[in-house]
Amino acid sequence: MASPEIAVSIDQVVKRYGGFTALHGVSIDIREREFFTLLGPSGCGKTTLLRAIAGFEDVNEGRLLLKGVDITNLPPHKRPVNTVFQQYALFPHMTVFENVMFGLLRKNWIQSEAQRRVQDVLEMVQLSDFASRKPAQLSGGQQQRVALARALAPRPQVLLLDEPLSALDLKLRQAVRSELKALQRETGIAFIFVTHDQEEALTMSDRVCVMSNGRVQQIGSPKDVYEAPVNRFVADFVGETNLLEVTVNKIKDGLASVALPGGNAFECPAAAVVDPGVGHLSVRPERIKVTADGQGDLDAVVTGHTYLGTDIQLLVRLADDEVMSVRLQNSQTTEIPEQGAAVGLVLEAGAARLLAD
Amino acid sequence: MAAKIDLRRFPGFLGITLICLVVLYAPLIIVAVYSFNDSTSITNWGGATLNWYVDVFTGPESPKFQQAALNSLIIAVCAAGAATCIATAAAVAMTRAGRFRGKTLSFALINLPLMVPEVVTAVASLVFFSAIGFTNGLFTILIAHTVFCIPFAYLPISARMQSISDVYEQAAMDLYATPREAFTKVLLPLMMPGILSGSLLAFIISLDDFLITNFVKGAGVETLPTAIFGAVKQGIKPNIMAISTLMLGVSIVFVTLSWLVGRVGQNKQK
Amino acid sequence: MAAGAPMGAGTTSDIYKGDAARLMMPTWLIIGIFLLAPVIMMGVYSFLTKEFRGGVVWEFSFAAYDQFFFDRGLFGDDPPTLEWTYIGIFWRSIWQAGLATIMCLLIGFPTAWFIATRDPKSRSIWLFLITIPYWVNLLIRTVSMKFLIRDTGPLNEFLLAAGVIDTPLGLINTDFAVQLGLFYSYLPFMVLPIYAAVERYDFALSEAASDLYAGTWTILRLVIFPVVKPGIIAGCILVFVPSLGAFLAPDLLGGAKTFMIGSLIEEQFKGSAGNWPFGAAAAMILLTLVLVILLIYARAQNKVEDR
Repeated sequence: MASPEIAVSIDQVVKRYGGFTALHGVSIDIREREFFTLLGPSGCGKTTLLRAIAGFEDVNEGRLLLKGVDITNLPPHKRPVNTVFQQYALFPHMTVFENVMFGLLRKNWIQSEAQRRVQDVLEMVQLSDFASRKPAQLSGGQQQRVALARALAPRPQVLLLDEPLSALDLKLRQAVRSELKALQRETGIAFIFVTHDQEEALTMSDRVCVMSNGRVQQIGSPKDVYEAPVNRFVADFVGETNLLEVTVNKIKDGLASVALPGGNAFECPAAAVVDPGVGHLSVRPERIKVTADGQGDLDAVVTGHTYLGTDIQLLVRLADDEVMSVRLQNSQTTEIPEQGAAVGLVLEAGAARLLAD
Repeated sequence: MAAKIDLRRFPGFLGITLICLVVLYAPLIIVAVYSFNDSTSITNWGGATLNWYVDVFTGPESPKFQQAALNSLIIAVCAAGAATCIATAAAVAMTRAGRFRGKTLSFALINLPLMVPEVVTAVASLVFFSAIGFTNGLFTILIAHTVFCIPFAYLPISARMQSISDVYEQAAMDLYATPREAFTKVLLPLMMPGILSGSLLAFIISLDDFLITNFVKGAGVETLPTAIFGAVKQGIKPNIMAISTLMLGVSIVFVTLSWLVGRVGQNKQK
Repeated sequence: MAAGAPMGAGTTSDIYKGDAARLMMPTWLIIGIFLLAPVIMMGVYSFLTKEFRGGVVWEFSFAAYDQFFFDRGLFGDDPPTLEWTYIGIFWRSIWQAGLATIMCLLIGFPTAWFIATRDPKSRSIWLFLITIPYWVNLLIRTVSMKFLIRDTGPLNEFLLAAGVIDTPLGLINTDFAVQLGLFYSYLPFMVLPIYAAVERYDFALSEAASDLYAGTWTILRLVIFPVVKPGIIAGCILVFVPSLGAFLAPDLLGGAKTFMIGSLIEEQFKGSAGNWPFGAAAAMILLTLVLVILLIYARAQNKVEDR
């Protein structure tokens, strides 16, 4: 039995398409009132999982519980969850008002109450003035808000969002992020948000689930996932990182002594399940400082820069020919070493993390 | 370097297109004009008159033609209606039921009436109805028309359905619509332009048919085309030209209607 | 993207997965019982013995096909020689349909090309103008053509009055009149597929080709023709196949000498002179001919798609 604080419990769910397995026994508990993000590259199974919760995909094994109630075999129209679709799927033959009203009428709301509810949610998304328009007469951002209003109107237990921002342009997308987050707090229900955009995931979520190849890689707060990735996939997919192959000498109390092929040795935190031997080190580029040659943890030669606006990206080569990327903030005081210059690299405390596989 | 020829503007193609239009329209326009000719010798112009139109509605042959027109109308409405329903169900199956056993065969069956030559369909229907002892008459015509109207109704409907993503139905079901409501409240309204033009097409095709009707109709039952054909065998009389002109008008109204429906549908798509 | 735009179109959807049989049932029943079964029954009839007042006697016989292909003399006991009457009618039908197809191609191709190269707005108006006559009752169109070109019709009257000719042209009841009627009946079938093919052609391709030193003729042959060819072939089939079995144009515009398959078959089922098994056999032969043409076409299409 799931605890009452759990909104959706995904229990050992397996989904196969012919010979292809899209979900390999996925188990996740999504809490009440949390903004939960499924993050991963396309084909990782995140959308399949969302569609399974909505009821558009049957699962081959496992169970789905909504507030403790088994919904695994319920058809979509009997599940008290609503979806914001990737391209919104607003009914083109209905007005905004009729679109938002649709779910309420299907649930047999009393006409007057339903109308009041539609007005309320339209106000919530600031579209009251557009109630009588057809979807085709709205901008992309407005359509997105109608889709939200339509999904929220029937007061679902959980709101599912399938990459709802991907059809918007960059500026609008950034503005909508905070609106969406605010809306989630206001409604007080769990949002399950699917995206392949790690920045979106990090900025909006209470917790992020990183998925790959139909398996959960890591579940945690944005900070956990970014700063303490459990494996190479998570480190590489969430943010930018340098992955270095190292020799692990010993591990004690979560601290590992590692040696680079070039010979430099140092200690760093290790993800729980690393055995001594060969391992991988993840070093975030913005957590590396550049000093004079010979004074850092590692010696390197600058091979190029890229101007990125807020940052300057420095490419450096280590003694054993490994290439690393270093990010320096673009401020007036930052000294940018010349190409070909020999420099020392200082790893900030906790910057390097030893990963399983 | 040789003079550059713009491939988009071949000289002479406009001329051929105009010839094409003249050939297509001249016979129709001339018949329409001569239907107003006040002269018993058909080809000499004797001034304008509406006499032949009056004759169509009140003349000695008018009951025959009126009955035939009524038969044509009844059959066209019923056949188009039945064919549209059948074709709509088939289009839903072909575009919304994924892969199923016999799908290729079903597709071939839908299009079979288009592949079998008309005269063969006519012979086969006659042989079939006489073998099972079906009394020939309106009902046999109706059945035969329904059969060959199905692919004509199917084409625009399935074309329309292929352009409707199933995400709308999913959205409807996500919003607590039962499968039946998802169909009636969402899919059906979205399909409507296709269904309308499909049924118009079927209606015109049914009205147009002569050969199959001529085979399966029993003695005494006539549709407008068979009645006209019978009359033409005695010579082209002015009242025939008046009827032809009336039918021409009806056809043009219908085509324009279905064209407009199609355009409205396209605009809604945008 | 607008909300109404088709999305994910082409993805196989299976909302009605379990309902396929139920939804297809009316189609299967209606077309199966009232077209497929009748065609099969017609095949059976072609192997039966004729009854003299129309209809059949249920006795197996090759007589219908034998009569079609062989001549056994007046009393039926001479050694069989090839009978040319009916094969000749089929051959004339193929010839007539072929000439009508060529006429449609010669006029239809430039027309389709011209329309497809207009700007989109006028394109739809031109197309509309071309298609309207198709929707006018075929019988009425054929009767109109008969009225126009017959010896005492407006065309001859006009030419006589204008002094261009001394005697009527004598168009009616000729092979040419039948070809003209078929051409008139099925011209839009030629224009539409060619139009569709040309419209899809990206004229930037010919600009690219001419940039790569191709002359006009080379461009036509190597760049445009391959793109337009499927439209031409489809158009030819759409004109040729119905022309082959046409009844109205040969019956109304042609005379006794221009007998075609359609009239031959029709005659077998009208009045007491009829011979049902023979008519059924002729219809079977026509059906086979058409299906072979369509099969060859479908094969060729599949090959193109496989590539």
